Amino acid sequence: MSTPTAADERLARFAVSPARRRKDAIARRTILGATIVALIPLVLIIYYLLSKGLGAWNANFFTTDPTGNTFFKNSSIGGIKSAILGTIEMVALASAIAVPIGVGVAVWLVEYGKTGWFAQAVRFFVDVLTGVPSIVFGLFIFIVLVVGTGSSFAGYKGSLALSLLMLPVVIRSAEVILLLVPAGLRESALALGAPRWKVIFSIVLPTALPGMVTGVLLAVARAAGETAPLLFTAASTKKTSFNLGGFMNSLPVQIYGDVTSPTTAVVNRAWGAALTLVTLILLLNLIARLISRRSRLA
Amino acid sequence: MTPTRPDTKVADVDPHGQSDLDRVSEPEYAETEQPPAARARMTPKSPDTNTGAHTGLSVRLEQLRAFYGAAEQVKGIDLDFHANEVTAIIGPSGCGKSTMIRCINRMHEEIPGARAEGRVLLDDADLYGSSVDVVAVRRAIGMVFQKPNPFPTMSIFDNVAAGLRLSGRRGGDLHAKVETALRGASLWDEVSDRLDEPGAGLSGGQQQRLCIARSLAVEPEVILMDEPCSALDPVATLKIEELIAELKSTVTIVIVTHNMQQAARVADRTAFMLDGKLVEVGPTQEIFTKPDDPRTEEYVTGKFG
Repeated sequence: MSTPTAADERLARFAVSPARRRKDAIARRTILGATIVALIPLVLIIYYLLSKGLGAWNANFFTTDPTGNTFFKNSSIGGIKSAILGTIEMVALASAIAVPIGVGVAVWLVEYGKTGWFAQAVRFFVDVLTGVPSIVFGLFIFIVLVVGTGSSFAGYKGSLALSLLMLPVVIRSAEVILLLVPAGLRESALALGAPRWKVIFSIVLPTALPGMVTGVLLAVARAAGETAPLLFTAASTKKTSFNLGGFMNSLPVQIYGDVTSPTTAVVNRAWGAALTLVTLILLLNLIARLISRRSRLA
Repeated sequence: MTPTRPDTKVADVDPHGQSDLDRVSEPEYAETEQPPAARARMTPKSPDTNTGAHTGLSVRLEQLRAFYGAAEQVKGIDLDFHANEVTAIIGPSGCGKSTMIRCINRMHEEIPGARAEGRVLLDDADLYGSSVDVVAVRRAIGMVFQKPNPFPTMSIFDNVAAGLRLSGRRGGDLHAKVETALRGASLWDEVSDRLDEPGAGLSGGQQQRLCIARSLAVEPEVILMDEPCSALDPVATLKIEELIAELKSTVTIVIVTHNMQQAARVADRTAFMLDGKLVEVGPTQEIFTKPDDPRTEEYVTGKFG
């Protein structure tokens, strides 16, 4: 701590000014605050799901159908077996419809349509479709397949409504990922004398697979959590059903029905069902990631 | 400059008399309508049947023009690439070197809005003929790109096998073919004990040799190299250059380079391009020591570009 040397003076022009430090501190705290505010509801959701949902879970919860008795004790109201299986069945069928079509549309947009007028029109309508409220898809299927055919509610009609909901999400996410596949990979495969379809199947799709799995899972998660498209397409039932041509229960519809009940035990079953739904999607996420990682190395 | 000038120059310096031979054979095709286009399909396949005696083919450009939309990037080029020789293309950035060689294996048209005019003759067969399958063209004319780009999802083995699998040539001993290609690219000794590891895990120079092995595996007659060493260090560059010298016994090589020393080291002949046109082509020695055109001299001596 002596008098400033020549070296200190040379250093002075690199010194950070107090005003700069203050601005930096304020900016850092603001964005940290925003992050914390965003985390609050997330933490609360997980907390309530676990604290209320775990209480409803017991051995019978997953193995019995809801009984419909809502004015008796916990033991007699039944579990959510039909809802779990119904959701899995309907979402599986919806995925089987939406994923191949969606990936196909994305491949066409990226590899063939490119910036042509028709491709641009398709992108526009896909964007419009993304913004359509889920109940409108349910209404559409209701008008066309329930009222239109004069027939009853059915699981497959719910699946169709869900697949309409998934389609734009799958298309858009797959398109973004396919665009990320380096053009050099396509070029070098084409330059080897590979026909375009083989380039797509052997090079482009495997490279894009891990990213596309993420997009597909987003769509599946969204579909699995939707109540509105199912209410008047698949309706609901208490019995476990493996017939997609008949009424079918689902977790969101079960939750929707249960929370409006005056009985505490039934409301708690809604929490248990909600926790089940979140766990199912988490499990699906894990499995899909493991599969896509393994296939990438192979 | 007049478009006829490079033609006469080519005829002058041609050591093999290749172009004279070509001219003699031309009337045969004039009699029948189809042969040149039909041969474009046949030529790539015929040398495969006798695997041992594999050799390069000559390529001739006639009034080649290439466009991006309305912009003309290659403005009428006549140029011969002799069989089993290395021809270097030099010229300042944006002069159309890469565009020109991408026209040879018809990769140029893969870019939306891009098209080419004129003729590209592979051993007399017009690759732009109406009945030509672009996929067959690319099997005959391989390409190595500026950035090494092994397929990221594939092992070293699969990368080399990819060419054979993708082009539907599964026949024969795949393992032997992969080994031959890797040996051809001087990479076998470095990777033979880890063929199952991802190709993307190799060093940049090894990746580029892997890409060369990948294009060698399909046994092309011509290999186009678009600045293959620009992303590599001098040691890796030297290895690729040694490789090029070995490869020319089995393939014709066209190499685009910004590195004048590289052109001088590897090329039998060198072509200088400027603003989409061919200024001059001749034996490398002549282009670098006593070029005909003052613009060539200015460029090779570093006065511009």
